[in-house]
Amino acid sequence: MTGSASVKVRIQGLSKTFQTNGNEIRVLDNIDLDVREGELVCILGPSGCGKSTLLNIVGGFLPASSGDVAIDGAPVREPDPRRIFVFQERGVFPWLTVEGNIGFGINGLSPAEKTERIAHYVRLVGLQGFENAYPQELSGGMKQRVEVARALAVNPDVLYLDEPFGALDSITRLVMRSELLRIWEAEKKTILFVTHDIEESCQIADRVVVLSARPGSIRRIVDVDLPHPRDLSSPRYLALRDSILAEIGLAHRI
Amino acid sequence: MTRPATTDDAPPPPTGPRALEAVLLPTLSAVVLIAIWQAAVVVTKTQIFPSPLAVVRGIAELSRKGVLGIYVRDSLFRVGAGYFLALLCGIPLGIALGWYSAAARAINPVIQFLRPISPLAWIPVAIVLFGVSNAAAIFLIFLASFFPIVVAAMNGVRNVPAMYLQAGRNFGLSTPALFSRVIFPAALPRVLTGLRVALGVAWIVVVAAEMIAVNSGLGYLVIDSRNAGKRYDLVVAAMLLIGVIGLALNTLVRQIERLRAVRWGFNAP
Repeated sequence: MTGSASVKVRIQGLSKTFQTNGNEIRVLDNIDLDVREGELVCILGPSGCGKSTLLNIVGGFLPASSGDVAIDGAPVREPDPRRIFVFQERGVFPWLTVEGNIGFGINGLSPAEKTERIAHYVRLVGLQGFENAYPQELSGGMKQRVEVARALAVNPDVLYLDEPFGALDSITRLVMRSELLRIWEAEKKTILFVTHDIEESCQIADRVVVLSARPGSIRRIVDVDLPHPRDLSSPRYLALRDSILAEIGLAHRI
Repeated sequence: MTRPATTDDAPPPPTGPRALEAVLLPTLSAVVLIAIWQAAVVVTKTQIFPSPLAVVRGIAELSRKGVLGIYVRDSLFRVGAGYFLALLCGIPLGIALGWYSAAARAINPVIQFLRPISPLAWIPVAIVLFGVSNAAAIFLIFLASFFPIVVAAMNGVRNVPAMYLQAGRNFGLSTPALFSRVIFPAALPRVLTGLRVALGVAWIVVVAAEMIAVNSGLGYLVIDSRNAGKRYDLVVAAMLLIGVIGLALNTLVRQIERLRAVRWGFNAP
């Protein structure tokens, strides 16, 4: 791959087949993808196309049926704290406070350093004043912030986000997207972001990987060559969005 | 958020005028109940069933003789010992069965077969094994509380959302750390529900066990008062004490369920 940054995640010839009731269901078909260091890549596809499965394989939670995933040149075999998977906000631990959640994965620091790091990420995601609150006392958007902060607090190189804002209301979702971009610019992580929301992918991604329906294969990779913050009514943005809509085969009139 | 199935969810503690209501209404029903009781005794002119006042005198008499404290203590000791043993064995076994599905397939049918057998059916077996002794009663309490605790711990672990396990592994937890930092706290609300149910059953069973297997305790008081001179004032006094202590035990466990680290499993946000 050409470009200034080196390849962080390399996916080669990846396929996945599930066995259910004696039937073989092929969910992913021959995926090839390189993600560069510091890049934000959206994996976009319809429900059931295997995009979450792809993310789980890249994260080391599921084995591939064939093909390889390598990060920094080393094959992925199991989950690793250097690469953190962020679920929808339901992944926060309800028995821990905001602080307890954010500090959950922090190891090998003195108590003072740990407290300081937790405080840093509390500030980064804007949860000051809620340090001792339990998740059930928080809104969906706040819980999502806790989960992102919990992931960032272990200083991973890569974040996997699996439809992270899917359960939020549309206003909170917009706020969270710009928050994510702000954090991404501050922390410079490589991000793989799975979504079924075309607008979302065009608003945040450097590149959008469009998957076909099951078995998921790459139909097209769209470079979103727009600087942040993006003007959502600019002709270029609309043209990119419409080309993806067309790629997925949807008319954009209701 | 998933809620463990509880049979009698209490409403959240009210505040302000509703807090007053929460005290006044149950007091009112108690007063009405006692009034009906008194009226029924007067109207039927019964010579056997005691009036509320006679029961209060009965409690005073038991207290004067010094048996009241001893009987309450003996009953609580038996429940405490049997329940603690059940907790000690039941929680680890339940967690193991919840985690290792092969072990559950082997052992769960046995548990499900033994569980519906009333602990009271074990009384003859308990007497054969332990004689008429404290140990027999404690054994029965153990049996009564063991099964609800095992089943609750097993279901608690089985129902830990896969997402929590995945997150725990992602942060590099070893299996023991995964148990102590994710699986146990995630299963705890269900385990506590099982503990509360088990304590209720244990209290019911101790009374029955004491009627047959030992010579002290509140259950013994009920049967002894009837046999030794048909002292129904003492029978009803013992019943009242059993009810009050059962209520107190339940309230005690409910306080644990209010702790912030487990409250998520009991109250909807």
